[in-house]
Amino acid sequence: MSATTVDTATPDAAASGDVLKTKSWKGPIGLGVVALISLLIFGFGTPSGSDTTFVVATSSDFVHLPTLTLPSKIAAIVLSVIALALAGYSAYLANQYRKPGLWLPIVYGMAVMGALLSWAGAGRDNTSIQITGLLTSSLFLAVPLIFGALAGTLCERSGIVNIAIEGQLLAGAFFAALMASMVGNAYVGLIAAPLAGALVGAVLAIFATKYWVNQIVVGVVLNMLVIGLTSFFFSTVMSDNPDLNRSLGLAALPIPLLSSIPIIGPVLFDQNLLVYTMYVVVIVFQIMLFKSRWGLRVRAVGEHPKAADTVGIKVNRTRVRNTILGGAIAGLGGAFFTVASGLAFGKEMTAGKGYIALAAMILGRWSPRGALAAALLFGFADALRVQLGIIGSDIPSQFLAMFPYLATIFAVAGLVGHSRPPAAEGIPYKK
Amino acid sequence: MKLELRGITKKFGDFTANDSIDLVVEPGTVHALLGENGAGKSTLMNVLFGLYDADGGDILLDDEPTVFAGPGDAMAAGIGMVHQHFMLVPVFTVAESVMLGHEEVTGPAKLLDLGAARAKVKEISDRFGFHIDPDAVIEDLSVGAQQRVEIIKALSRDAEVLILDEPTAVLTPQETDELLEIIGQLRDTGTAVVLITHKLREVKAIADQITVIRRGKVVGTAEPTASQEELASLMVGRDVSMTVSKEPAQPGEPMLVVDGLSVVDPATSLKHLDRVSFEVRAGEILAVAGVQGNGQTELAEAILGIVPSAEGAVTLDGRRLTGSSIREALDAGIGFVPEDRTEDGVVADFTITNNLILDLYDKAPYSKAGAIDTAFAAKNAEEQVERFDVRTTSTQALAGSLSGGNQQKVVLARELARDLKLLIASQPTRGLDVGSIEFVHKRIIEERDNGAAVLIVSSELDEVYALADRIAVMYHGRIVDIVPPDTDRDTLGLMMAGAHEEEAA
Repeated sequence: MSATTVDTATPDAAASGDVLKTKSWKGPIGLGVVALISLLIFGFGTPSGSDTTFVVATSSDFVHLPTLTLPSKIAAIVLSVIALALAGYSAYLANQYRKPGLWLPIVYGMAVMGALLSWAGAGRDNTSIQITGLLTSSLFLAVPLIFGALAGTLCERSGIVNIAIEGQLLAGAFFAALMASMVGNAYVGLIAAPLAGALVGAVLAIFATKYWVNQIVVGVVLNMLVIGLTSFFFSTVMSDNPDLNRSLGLAALPIPLLSSIPIIGPVLFDQNLLVYTMYVVVIVFQIMLFKSRWGLRVRAVGEHPKAADTVGIKVNRTRVRNTILGGAIAGLGGAFFTVASGLAFGKEMTAGKGYIALAAMILGRWSPRGALAAALLFGFADALRVQLGIIGSDIPSQFLAMFPYLATIFAVAGLVGHSRPPAAEGIPYKK
Repeated sequence: MKLELRGITKKFGDFTANDSIDLVVEPGTVHALLGENGAGKSTLMNVLFGLYDADGGDILLDDEPTVFAGPGDAMAAGIGMVHQHFMLVPVFTVAESVMLGHEEVTGPAKLLDLGAARAKVKEISDRFGFHIDPDAVIEDLSVGAQQRVEIIKALSRDAEVLILDEPTAVLTPQETDELLEIIGQLRDTGTAVVLITHKLREVKAIADQITVIRRGKVVGTAEPTASQEELASLMVGRDVSMTVSKEPAQPGEPMLVVDGLSVVDPATSLKHLDRVSFEVRAGEILAVAGVQGNGQTELAEAILGIVPSAEGAVTLDGRRLTGSSIREALDAGIGFVPEDRTEDGVVADFTITNNLILDLYDKAPYSKAGAIDTAFAAKNAEEQVERFDVRTTSTQALAGSLSGGNQQKVVLARELARDLKLLIASQPTRGLDVGSIEFVHKRIIEERDNGAAVLIVSSELDEVYALADRIAVMYHGRIVDIVPPDTDRDTLGLMMAGAHEEEAA
């Protein structure tokens, strides 16, 4: 063999490296187990002869879709079997070292959820499953998670771990309520909230890049600090002056025509300004992060800061800017809890949503698009809990309340696939 | 472009890394900067590249004094650098890596112009015959290809001075030859090339001028016609012998038997080691050659049990070691010299005395009634420091304060203090000066002559030739072949790239 035929310059090293790859059965097994449970409990556990009613229409729809009434048991069994078949297909792909497309988990999830709803709604003649309502509240409940996960993505892509999302959400919620109440206009809250979040982000950035303090510790401390400060002002200044903490809400702004499309319309296009802002922010950052000069540099700083430095990119400046920007976005998400929900500020009202947002960031593999999908999943879990509570399901409400968190643990434990964080996250850059 | 450094001085605290260094590099020449590890070569180049601020001295480009605030300035002035540890983002594509820092944008939204970057990569790649795909992801490329990406990066910024920092450390001999050819091409197009290295062979092959640095100072210049011995003694400061004499091996019974050993990365489920089988006899040295990252590290660690093996068995002197603890493996008679001595070999914040008994502290006579016999440990330390010629002021000095070579001597002294059936040494002389290398090699050969089986892992072919009784070549987690020590360099090089012996010969 001559020297040229074993030329290591060609990327054949990569190709032969794949041969060493072992088969990963984690995904197919996980899908299979859940599908089996679905078949046993939802399928065979549903009493025969009962029906489940699904309502998909709302009054404002352009076209009125009929109400769907299905035999509960058969529907649950059929949907579970579909899920089982999809698990089998993913096992078949894994055996050939291939990965299923995005459609598989989506269709699978819809099948299992359909089975769950058929089971839960079985035999309840006077209540029905409100599909549109379920989806609308899913999206709405996902809003703070999306902003939070996006904030985390922006920070971690530049190499800073932002555990302080919880604090940024809370600071945003507080400041939005305060400023909106003072001015008497809910929209002012949308300007105030990002300022508060950016401030928390700036503190994190300074400690992380200038003093090289462990970023997780700073983040946790900041969360505690914000809880302490907001609780203090809530129980002193705000309770003394109720005018400083009013329940002001953003009005829903239905978009003409689009909002009359059945199902999609009321879910996506009959929302308030914060939700529309979320659409724009996700799309803009998805493009910016992966297609712009700024994004390329941010990613380089988060993966290999020294390499970025050697081509003249200011590593710590990039990190500080991103952390402040991330803080602002999380702060804006905080406005959800007060002005966007039409509520006054309440003590610790973010209730750990910032941590769930971190999970959504990981599950979404540090991309805005992924963060959106993951946050919607968590939002759906939350909305499902509410919906099942309304129809009076047999599942204890405590278990339903646990559901999003269980989903988080499984998601973060990597059941959904191996995810790879930016290589340099959490490591201070010292010259 | 002509590059001149005048009186460059750089201090780190009390330590003077560069002491008023002068250097002139003419366009269209290759200037070799020769010196041992830690002599201050890389520091000098990092000063030139704007990564460090100099404490004194001037940088002149075409006789104009220049000041660089950062690498961005240096690059804008036409200086390119290929770092020893590549400055490439593993998850980026080649085009993204090359454009990073001076991206071209297009369209109303000012998005990245990947098309332009691809075309640029392709143009430079074609000009030099690099065969680099602009859309390949960096981490999928071989080390040699990554280095060519680094060169493309420098050339895409119109570098007229190109600094190569220890460029051949990670290359196979064939890749090294190819690189030297590329350097020649660059010189012919008028680029001034600074080649930083401690490898005499390369210096003699390509350099037009040679400047030798020792302990931060220029100690002399030499012509490429100087002999290797002359260059080595200039580099080290005294006469050194380039080879260690050894008797032919007297192999006995198989001592270490490795049968179908595999190691799987838990995170990526890639196989680092794929059903490796071989044996090492008592009284022989088996050297494992290969380009770094082909499973040698995992092999050494799996035998001791530091990384778990997925399948296969390890037997030492008839006793199965697979599944036993590291402590049991050590007690069975394995000595282990890890690849990274600073991280894994010594506890930097412990004294030499304590480092010498890390594996024996709980055994008599080092331990008495459950406590360390400090008097005996101190006596042991004095003896070992004497025997292994550890250069230190006191046995109570912290291991972290020693030079790399002396740290390695401490590790060797500790590991060889027990009666060994098997000595595993990974990169035993990496970063050591020529004098220490000689010493370490002698000790390893002594251990062989005492009847131990010795397994050496080394990516330096010179070391493999100096020690091996048989050579096992590893590629992609497999042993390509085991060959006699008189196999020539070219054949070994091809095997290190995956070709079998009969194909390579």
